[in-house]
Amino acid sequence: MENDVGSDLKRGKLMSNNLFQGELVRFVAAEPQLAAGLFAKWMRDSEFVRLLDTDPARLLSVDKYKEWFEKDLVEQQKNDELFFLIRTLEEDLTIGLIGLDGIQWVHGDAWVGIGLGEREYWGKGYGTDAMRILLRYAFEELNLHRLSLSVFEYNSRAIRSYEKVGFVIEGRARQFLNRDGRRYDMIFMGILRDEWKER
Amino acid sequence: MDLNTPLFEGQLVYLASIKPDQDAEIESHWTHDAEFQRLLGKELVRPLSPAQIKKKYTEIEKEMDEKGNRYYFTIRRLPLSESTEAAQGAVQDSDLLLGFARLDWIGWSHGVGSLSIGIGNPEERGKGYGSDALRLLLGYAFRELNLYRVSIAIPEHNQVALRLFEKAAFKVEARRREAIHRKGRRWDVLHLGLLREEWEQSEWRTMWAQI
Repeated sequence: MENDVGSDLKRGKLMSNNLFQGELVRFVAAEPQLAAGLFAKWMRDSEFVRLLDTDPARLLSVDKYKEWFEKDLVEQQKNDELFFLIRTLEEDLTIGLIGLDGIQWVHGDAWVGIGLGEREYWGKGYGTDAMRILLRYAFEELNLHRLSLSVFEYNSRAIRSYEKVGFVIEGRARQFLNRDGRRYDMIFMGILRDEWKER
Repeated sequence: MDLNTPLFEGQLVYLASIKPDQDAEIESHWTHDAEFQRLLGKELVRPLSPAQIKKKYTEIEKEMDEKGNRYYFTIRRLPLSESTEAAQGAVQDSDLLLGFARLDWIGWSHGVGSLSIGIGNPEERGKGYGSDALRLLLGYAFRELNLYRVSIAIPEHNQVALRLFEKAAFKVEARRREAIHRKGRRWDVLHLGLLREEWEQSEWRTMWAQI
């Protein structure tokens, strides 16, 4: 029996028994002051903004972002969203954020969002590691049935990372985005609990 | 361009604002029919009192006013012509709430939005009110808001809605597998989209323009 429990834990593909720790990063609570300061810095990086969200790039004060994060924490109390800061294990540096929103407890579905603000950490497996932690948390702790995400067709690095952890493409909203006068699709991806368990 | 083309009057219905007191009574009644809420999507199904509905209306109008990224209309029946009324021997209540038609999540910089339509009373479905309202809503989205595309998410079990939107030239673009858990089993959620050029080529636009 004990062995079964052990292999169950390993199935999460993470050696650590700490739900919030992976091989390269760990999750820490989103302390509003810290999050707001970093976010204000990251939002000046136009590429970051255009990979993160459909909203037009704009600049708001640290105080305004702090207000957002504080409001988000209130939402978290209502259990329809959850988010964390991503911190590296090696340097203990906060490099991005990750979370779930629109959690539908009745249906067991939620939307995933992730953003790495620190460019030096792009393309090195940090996002993928954070996503693995999130999947394990969503399926083993929150008992969700599936996860959804949307990603822009020009963000091939993210798509590769999502596919690596088991997401599959479920369709595309044609020509959803207008960037520099060209239209791009928005891709929907999803992963079912069973698909994650089989990996 | 015809500036006089009416945006809000169709062949059977017209789009109107919310009339909080009288509409709340009716909509509250609809929420006591679980099927209506299930057809609409993923929201938690529960009966709502007229007071709760009125609160929702206040929030909707507040958001329309402050955020400018959603448009909410009620659907009401057009008055019959006097001759028809005489023939049928009945006066039609043109004030009565039939349903709602809305555009949400408008992303102005990309020209996108999602829409949704509902006819509340099961006895009023299948009479063409939904199609007529959809035609108006699409005309509004493309001719007035100048959107580039519109989206809608439909639970797989709502086949009537799926047929209506496919008839209006929408294409199924994505299938979020097993995203809904209802009646003891899982259903996919279908995401449909319609591009401005597809709407321009569809007969829906011509029919709309003829009115």
